[in-house]
Amino acid sequence: MKYKGDYDVKEQNTPDSDPRYKVANREALIGVGLVLFNFIWWFAFAYGLGGKDPAEYTYVFGLPAWFFYSCVLGFVVMAALVTIAVKKWFVEVPFDEEGEET
Amino acid sequence: MNWEALVPLIGIILIIFGVGVWAGKYVKSSNTFLDDYFLGGRSLGGFVLAMTMTATYGSASSFIGGPGTAYTEGLGWVLLAMTQVSTGYFVLMVLGKKFAIVTRKYNALTMVDFLKERYRSKWVVLISAFSIIVFLFSAMAAQWIGGARLIESLIGIPYTTALFIFAVLVLIYVVIGGFRAVALTDSIQGTIMFFGTLILLIATIIAGGGISNIISDLSAENPNLITPYGAEGTLTPAFVSSFWILVGVGVVALPQITVRAMSYKDSRSMHRAIIIGTIVVGVIMLNMHLIGVFARPILPGIEVGDRVMPLIALEVLPNWLAGIVLAAPMAAIMSTVDSLLLLVSSSIVKDVYLNYVEPKASHDRVKRLSIGVTAVLGVIVFLLALNPPDLIIWLNLFAFGGLQAAFIWPIVMGLYWSKGNKYGAIASMVTGVGLYILSDTFYPQPFGLHSVVLPVVVSFFAYVLVSLGTQDRHQVVKS
Repeated sequence: MKYKGDYDVKEQNTPDSDPRYKVANREALIGVGLVLFNFIWWFAFAYGLGGKDPAEYTYVFGLPAWFFYSCVLGFVVMAALVTIAVKKWFVEVPFDEEGEET
Repeated sequence: MNWEALVPLIGIILIIFGVGVWAGKYVKSSNTFLDDYFLGGRSLGGFVLAMTMTATYGSASSFIGGPGTAYTEGLGWVLLAMTQVSTGYFVLMVLGKKFAIVTRKYNALTMVDFLKERYRSKWVVLISAFSIIVFLFSAMAAQWIGGARLIESLIGIPYTTALFIFAVLVLIYVVIGGFRAVALTDSIQGTIMFFGTLILLIATIIAGGGISNIISDLSAENPNLITPYGAEGTLTPAFVSSFWILVGVGVVALPQITVRAMSYKDSRSMHRAIIIGTIVVGVIMLNMHLIGVFARPILPGIEVGDRVMPLIALEVLPNWLAGIVLAAPMAAIMSTVDSLLLLVSSSIVKDVYLNYVEPKASHDRVKRLSIGVTAVLGVIVFLLALNPPDLIIWLNLFAFGGLQAAFIWPIVMGLYWSKGNKYGAIASMVTGVGLYILSDTFYPQPFGLHSVVLPVVVSFFAYVLVSLGTQDRHQVVKS
């Protein structure tokens, strides 16, 4: 759909006309999903396990359990998830000429 | 003067210079000077892109204090720093392909170019260019002061001399090389940071007698150091979580980040950069801040936060290795300054001069002007850093939050919401920046949150409501 003569909605507002935008939109949503998951993991372990009296802390590899699970393991999990998401769901699309205004 | 540490440090900086000169050859031989100088000809591969992104995220963290604060606050600050892992994937996924495609269609070279084409409004462009020039210029001045202080304490020369050396280094480098040089340099620096912090962390753990030993020393000194709440128990969950916006997702709105998100070659580079970037950012952030915490039992009583890294490196590593590892923060400061300098000069030359002063300027004139403006800016920053005025320091505190409050919705919604228009964008920028400055001045930490959170939320509604409210007006005027 194109609004002829309307300045503001020119070009930018043709999301349906370019199939590459569909790929882009989906990948942006994956990014949002990952960041929400990351936040929940980070928050839940940090304040769930770390909220009690330090005298009752348990330790993993010498680090307090909350820190190990939230920051160390959480990072490893995120790195793995990001790798999987990119390899499995991200599609390679050309950036130049192709797909330009038809 | 510590020559054993100094020689490898100078060596590394010389290597970085060499790369700059080499990259500069591309600029000379190319026809599309603007594209090359400011964007590296949209040719960055995956590894270089990941590294230049990482080096730039790193500069956002120097803003929140880094290892020195971790030294004071304990593990709670490492928890806070780990919010930055999200930048590694979030920025490239969200701006992602859409931004790459759209900026190519618009032929945009800077964030402001994008906003200009998207909203077609003089005011959007002028407000944006103004925010960038003011906020980034101050951020840059602060970095120069930091760089000069590092040289000062390392070589033991007066501040003014150190500042002079630093300025000459940065200027020669950025004037000959442009964006490609900066991006390539960032790769070297990122690599040094990656391995340097790893080596330093291991050496620190060994010097402290193992992790368990260090943790029980910390706990014996102050049990709060090993909780998520900071040494004084002041790091509340709401406050720490706010950093998911300030140094996490909000980073998509920083001009120095967005310019990188339009500079890559193809989708494969982007995919690789997401994976490499996430891992590299996570490793550097975790290591760097853990070093700060673990340094505490080994070297108690350091008062100036910025000195924690140099001191612990010289303590636990052989001198020559400390020199190499310390080249990393030095390099990080240099690269931040380089890229900020380029951004501010591109705002002046491209966004203001080419748009509104002399749109038909010749190729040669633009080229001379770009290099000239960059050099003049450098000299001005130098003069300011000699005797920093209070205003600069004050503005620097606001720089990152202010840019985020201004740009996050005009960029993100501009990309993904077709109804967004220039009224919404202007409303969002004005509300964001205004509210941020007001809140930070009069009512810091509303509801226990960092002062950047509320303006970001409110400016979202400003954007959406004003855009929706002005839909009709637009249709009527045009038809």
